[in-house]
This record gives sequence, structure tokens and C-alpha cells, in this order.
Amino acid sequence: MLTYVAIVLDGLVYASWLFMVSVGLTLIYGVMKILNIAHGSLYAIGAYTAASLVGAYFSAGYVPVLSFAVLVGAALAAGLVCGLVIERGVLRFMYGQDEVLMILVTYAIFLILEDLIKVFWGVSPYFAFQPYGMLGNFDVMGLPYAGYDFLLMGLAGLTGLGVWWSINRTRTGHLLTAVIHDREMSTAMGVNVKRVYTVTFVIGATLAALGGAFTAPKISVTPGIGVEVIVLAFAVVVIGGLGSIGGAMIGALLVGILRAAAVHLLPEVELFVIYAVMALVLAFRPYGLFAAPEARKI
Amino acid sequence: MTAILRSEGLHKRFGAVSAATDVNLSVEEGEIVALIGANGAGKTSYVNMVTGYLRPDAGRIRLGETDLVGMKPRQVTRAGICRSFQVAQIFGELTVLENVLIALAIARGGASSGWRGLSRPEWISASEEVLEQFQLAEHRDATAGTLAQGVRKLLDIAMATVASPRLMMLDEPTSGISVDEKFAVMDTLMSALRQRGVTVLFVEHDMEIVERYARRVAAFYDGRIIADGDAAEVLVDPDVRQYVVGGELHRRGGQGGGE
Amino acid sequence: MNRRMDPTLVSLAAALPVLLVLGYALPDWLTFYLQVSLASGLAALAVMLQMRAGLVNFGQGLYYCLGAYAGGMSGHFLGITDALVLLLLAVVLSVAVSFIVGFLVARYREIFYAMLSLALSMILYGLLVRAEALGSTDGFNLPSTTFLGYAPEGQALREAGYVFTCIVALAIAAAVHRYLRSPLGAIGEAVRENELRVEYLGASPRYVVHLIYVMAAAIAGIGGVLAGISVGHVDPNLAYWTTSGQFVFIALLSGTGNVAAPLIGAFLLVMIRVYAVEYSPYTWQMILGGVMLLIIMFLPGGLWSLTRLRKKGGLT
Ligand SMILES: Nc1ncnc2c1ncn2[C@@H]1O[C@H](COP(=O)(O)OP(=O)(O)OP(=O)(O)O)[C@@H](O)[C@H]1O
Ligand SMILES: [Mg+2]
Repeated sequence: MLTYVAIVLDGLVYASWLFMVSVGLTLIYGVMKILNIAHGSLYAIGAYTAASLVGAYFSAGYVPVLSFAVLVGAALAAGLVCGLVIERGVLRFMYGQDEVLMILVTYAIFLILEDLIKVFWGVSPYFAFQPYGMLGNFDVMGLPYAGYDFLLMGLAGLTGLGVWWSINRTRTGHLLTAVIHDREMSTAMGVNVKRVYTVTFVIGATLAALGGAFTAPKISVTPGIGVEVIVLAFAVVVIGGLGSIGGAMIGALLVGILRAAAVHLLPEVELFVIYAVMALVLAFRPYGLFAAPEARKI
Repeated sequence: MTAILRSEGLHKRFGAVSAATDVNLSVEEGEIVALIGANGAGKTSYVNMVTGYLRPDAGRIRLGETDLVGMKPRQVTRAGICRSFQVAQIFGELTVLENVLIALAIARGGASSGWRGLSRPEWISASEEVLEQFQLAEHRDATAGTLAQGVRKLLDIAMATVASPRLMMLDEPTSGISVDEKFAVMDTLMSALRQRGVTVLFVEHDMEIVERYARRVAAFYDGRIIADGDAAEVLVDPDVRQYVVGGELHRRGGQGGGE
Repeated sequence: MNRRMDPTLVSLAAALPVLLVLGYALPDWLTFYLQVSLASGLAALAVMLQMRAGLVNFGQGLYYCLGAYAGGMSGHFLGITDALVLLLLAVVLSVAVSFIVGFLVARYREIFYAMLSLALSMILYGLLVRAEALGSTDGFNLPSTTFLGYAPEGQALREAGYVFTCIVALAIAAAVHRYLRSPLGAIGEAVRENELRVEYLGASPRYVVHLIYVMAAAIAGIGGVLAGISVGHVDPNLAYWTTSGQFVFIALLSGTGNVAAPLIGAFLLVMIRVYAVEYSPYTWQMILGGVMLLIIMFLPGGLWSLTRLRKKGGLT
């Protein structure tokens, strides 16, 4: 019984994290049809920025509680800068290219970013554990959980709601939906598609950085942390259906719970289970659980 | 005369739209039939159903004794029906000769012909003969994607004939071709097809083409066939004039001919 | 074409003595890199084979790793050391797995093909890192290889391994070249250009893709077992997605114009890495990324296209 509670709770914690790291990926794909391999690097940059800022913040001896604001600020700064540079500097020259070619383009960006990270932050690990420790530990039916993990769950929920609200309830969101639905038509109707792309990419990059920033207190931030994230995020996003926000949420929950179950019941298959689910979903629902295939007229 | 293609009671819906409602159409050996109808009337859907791209919701399609429903397009091709497309479907980055060579390789089961090269002399000469027939010889080494619309349509049709079909279905062979060229293109391809003794069914918006090349006309309106018979009779039928031909004249007036 | 010798085949045949002479003339460390790059070059060739059909495989490491482990495990656990037998086992395993997996993969194109292959290679990675018996993340060492009863040691072993790798790699390249010029190879190109047309001409694009997937798997598997023999060690990183990314990089860099291109490209990449890691360890990937962007933007046919500015490598 306790094992199942642990599976569900661990699963939820992991799912929250997965959702945080994949929501930006699916948003960018949905609007721009770019499967962004550099997403993992943006996550890593968010983590590094957060770790170094939090470190500086605490050594300066400011009020500890506000360090959460520092995390958010780090994500915003990293996302804004990287998002703008990548979109304005590279991607905009590539619009209209084949989706597969765009994967290669973002792979090239990934290679560049991975080294830039090493140039900026070196190769020794960064730590920003203070915010993690501040929230203490909770007991759930005798199982110890870090308060910080619950904060992550809340953050994931908030992010999901925020993205949903912005898409369905704001003017920018309506423009996004219009572009997703029919790019040519939106252009004809006077929507500035280029602007929409820039905004989307920056938001997507910021979401990736936010995921990284809030993960930083839980881990030692070292080179290569983004490399793993990208394949996990892919799995989640593909399971849910590329481009679907709700799909990413379901995908994250599915993968999170299954991985937690594997960890508790059959640790040998922990990594295997994630990709196996992805392969299975693709086998039976080629376009993911929540995206419809497009029929082609000839 | 014997019908080679017999389709009975075809139905096809796309959500609220009906692309085919009780469509009955047979084609006799050696005939030249035109399908006419306004945009969205269901002409292409008919061709798609016959050639296995769409599965009808109900109805039967037979080629001779063979039941075509449920077959894949490639099986229909091998059974003896080939088609061209409204938008030419060619191998854009390859040369015109390579396009035809590949069609030939597939038609002759080249996939199983082992390690021998694609460019064996007998295949090249056979391909060149096809290019000759369709007056494509001068474009032999041009990259297919760079050709003018009309030439691409000819290539599309030339590739479709390589499999030696008994029935050829052409979807708007002259769309995208300029007014002064349309008869020349039609003459070229009709004579090439006649030489091969192929039965032809073509979808067409241009009534001049229909009058000139089709002996029989079937008119589609809203997924139904509203008239089917001698070209001379169908084209003066009041319903057809109201729902189809009038529309086409209007369309041509508005767009200065052609599509 | 029977009269005139095919220049690519002639060059491949001529490359063998050249490589063998180089093997004696060059310092050992350089021949070693040459040997390793021929092995990874085969995996890149497998990626290129799929690129010719318009498919980007972001998980070719799956079969590279599978081949390497097939060889490694036969050597490690069964005591099989003959290079030819190891090669055969790698091929059999790669073909068997890819044939079954191919029923799934061949239904996909574009990014789905890329992502599904990536996921599949990560499945293998996930299994291997948890397999204690196989050394988990560390992998394990291979016993010395023998060649049809010939069991060299020390320097002689290294030389024999080099010769074997050269012969196999060039033979595979020649076979792939012949395939690409064959009707079946041309139909692969046709699938890239227009599947609808291929289907309506009477062939099944899915069968063609399935076949290409299996062939590519066999080639990558051979590359893998050669890599295992060359290095004497295998580990799960062979299946990690960044390994596959490198194969894609090589194929993109070299272009799809000629079967020799990925082999040469693989060697270039290895050399760039050797020097870059020494002189600027933190920026060499950055340089690769920059080169890749430049190639995509300005040289979509890859470096090989520079050798034929007139027209791209036609089928005839
Ligand atoms: N794959 C599809 N999915 C949804 N609707 C379709 C599809 N194919 C055709 N339709 C619809 O079915 C109807 C008939 O289309 P069809 O293409 O057969 O018309 P058509 O007579 O060929 O017209 P046109 O002259 O414009 O080519 C149209 O309303 C069309 O929108
Ligand atoms: Mg039509």
C-alpha cells in the first residue's frame, strides 16, 4: 500500500518536472513546427543562470525567501536573451524549410550552446541548494517528502494554467491559435506571423529556462544536464501529441507515474519504460494521444 | 460492347459534406469519357475511390471481374487502372528521363532485378520512346521540378502510362496550361493514349476540351451524377447548363480562360 | 555501363592498397584513428543511405551499438573471437531486430521517423546502462580477435585489425554504391521525392523504406562490430542519442553525393576532434555546430557537392 502511495507521489513530483521541461517544447512545435533540440540546452542555461545568481544572492546575505524570485528572474533573463538571440540570429533565416531540416538546425544550435555553457560557466559544478532546504521536509503517511517538491508541483500547475489562460483568454493567444490553425490565412488577415514566431520562441525558451532554474536547487548543475532532458521532453511531447499543451500534461503524468512505478517495482527498466511507452504510443496513435492526423487531399 | 469499369451505388461522406451519393458509372472498353462538374462536385473523389486512395462508404467497383474496393492504389495500378493528378505528381529533383526510368523500373518489377544498373540501354531506349510519344524529348535532361506546368502534367501522364493501363483516369489534364497550348497538349496525349489502345476517363472544367475530345460526358453535381450520356446531349441538358456549364463559363469569364 | 568502369568503384578498389600502404607509413595512433573512423563512417553511410530516401535517422546508434554488443558479447561470453564470425553475428542480430522494428518504423516519415528511431536507440541505452552483467555504463572489454585461425598478437594484431576493417568498409561502400545505382536504389530516391507517385506507379513506399531501414541497420551493425574490434571495448554510449547525432552530422557534412563521402567525413571529424580537444577543448562542438549551420544554409548538398558543381550526382 505504502509503495503505491509512494509511486503516486513520486510520479506526481516527476510528472511536474517533466511538464515544466516539455511544455515549452510542445508550444514551440505547435506554433512554429520546429522540434527544438536545443530545448535541453535552454533548460541547462536556465539552471546555470539560476545557480550562479542564487549563489551570489545568498553570499550577499539578502532575505532568503526572495531567492524564489531570483529563480524566476534568472529564468526570465536567460529565456529572453537566448530566445531572442536564437530566433532573431538563426531561426528566422530558416522559416519555411522542411521540418526535418529544422531538427538539424536546432541540433547545430544545441552543439553551440553546449559549448557556450562550458565557456561561460566552466566545467565544475554549481550548487544552489538554499531554496531547496528552506522549505524543509514533510511526512506523508510516514514517507518523507521535500517541501520544495510540492512547490514544484504547484509551479507546474500554475505554468499549465498560465499557458492555457494565455492561449485561450488573451489577444496574443488568439493570434497564436490563428497561426497554428492556418498560417497563410493569418498572414492574409494581417497577423504579423513573424512577431508571433519571435514571441512564441521567447516564451518557449523562457519556459525551458524556468524548468532549469527551479531544478537547479535540487541538483548539482554540471555540463551535460540538458542532454538527457531533451530526449525525456521529446518522449513526453510525442506521447501527448506534438504541439498539444494538454497532451504534454497527460504525457508527463503517464511517464511520471510509470517511471515511479518502475523505480519502486522494477528498477532495471526505469529508463527503458519511458521510451517504450513512447514507442508504444507511436505504434498505435502515430500522432500522439491528443493530436489528429491531417488528411491530405489530392 | 463490354464495360471494363463498373461502379455501382458509391457513397462517400466527409463529415457533413457528401462527395458521392449513389454514384453509378460504367466505362466501356475504348471509350473516351469526360467528367464535368463545379468545384467540389466530387469528380476527384470518384477517381480517388476507383484508384484505391479513398475507400467508399458503400458501393461496388469492379474492373472486369476484379473487385477494386479495399485495394491499395498500387494494386489498382497493377490491375490495370492508372491515373494522373490535378497537381502533377512527379519526382521534382530528378531529370525527366529519370522520372520515366523509375516508372519503367517499377512497372517491370525492377525492384527485383538485382544489382544491374537502372540505366541499362534497353530501359533507356524504352524511356526515350515514351518521351518521344509525349513530346517530352527536348526536356529529357531537364530537372522535372523546373518545368512549366503543362510539361509537368504531360510527364505525370507519361509516367502513368508506362504501367500499360487498360483504363487511364486523367484529373484535369489541361488545368494550369495556357489557352493557346491546351489543344496541342490534349492532341499529344490523346494520340499517345490512342496509340496504346487505352480507354480514357478525364475530369475537365474546360467545355471546349470536353466537346472536342469526349464522346460521352457524365456531369457531377454535389456528389451526384445528374446527367450521363452522349456529349452532344449532356452539354445541352438544362440541368447541366444551369449547374455546371454556366458555372464554367462564368469561371472562364472571370479568370480569362483555363484555371 | 558495362563497358565503362564505374569511377566510384574504381576509386574504392584503388583506395584499398593506398589505405594499406598508409597503414604502414603512418604512425600507429593515426592508423588507429583511421580504423575507428572507417567504423563510424559505416554508421554515417547507413544514415546517408536513409537520407537518400529522404529519411533522417536520429537513432542509428541503436544498430551501431547492437552490432558492437553482438560482437562483444560473443567474444566475452562465448569465447568466439573470429572476426568474420563476429561480423556475421552482428549482421544477423541487426537484421533480425531491424526487420521486426521496421514494421513499426517504416510507417513513419520526417520528424516522426527521426524521433521514433531516437526513442528506440534510447530504449537500448536504457536497458544497457542497467545491465549489471554487461558492465552497466562502463561496458566491457573484448578479447583479442582472430582471423580465420590466424591469431596475431601485439603489433601484428593491430595491423590485422586495420587491414580487416579497411577491406570490410570498402567492400560495404562498393555494395552500397551498386545498390544506389540499381533500380531499387532509384526507387528509394523516388520515395524521397514523391511517395504518392511511387504508390501509384505500383510499388509500395513502405516496403522500400522498410528495406532501406534493414540495410542501414546491417551496415551500422557492421560498423559497430568493427568499432568494437578496433577499440577492444564496448559501452552503452554507442547507443546514446548524441552518438547518433554525430552520424547525422557526418552524413550532412559530407552530403549524399557519394558513398565515399561519409567515410572521409568520419575521418575528418575524428581528426578535428583530436586537434580541437587538444587546443580548445570547450569550443570544438561549437565549431561543429557552426559548420553545420553554414552547410545547411549555403551548401545543402554537403561538402561532396563541391566536387561536382555541374549537376548533382544523377542516377544514370
Ligand atoms: N480528404 C478529404 N477530406 C475532407 N473533405 C474532402 C476530402 N477530399 C474531398 N473532400 C471534399 O469532398 C468534396 C468533393 O471534392 P472533390 O475533390 O471530389 O471535388 P472535385 O469535383 O474534384 O472539385 P475540383 O473541381 O475543385 O477539383 C469537396 O467538398 C471536398 O472539400
Ligand atoms: Mg478535383
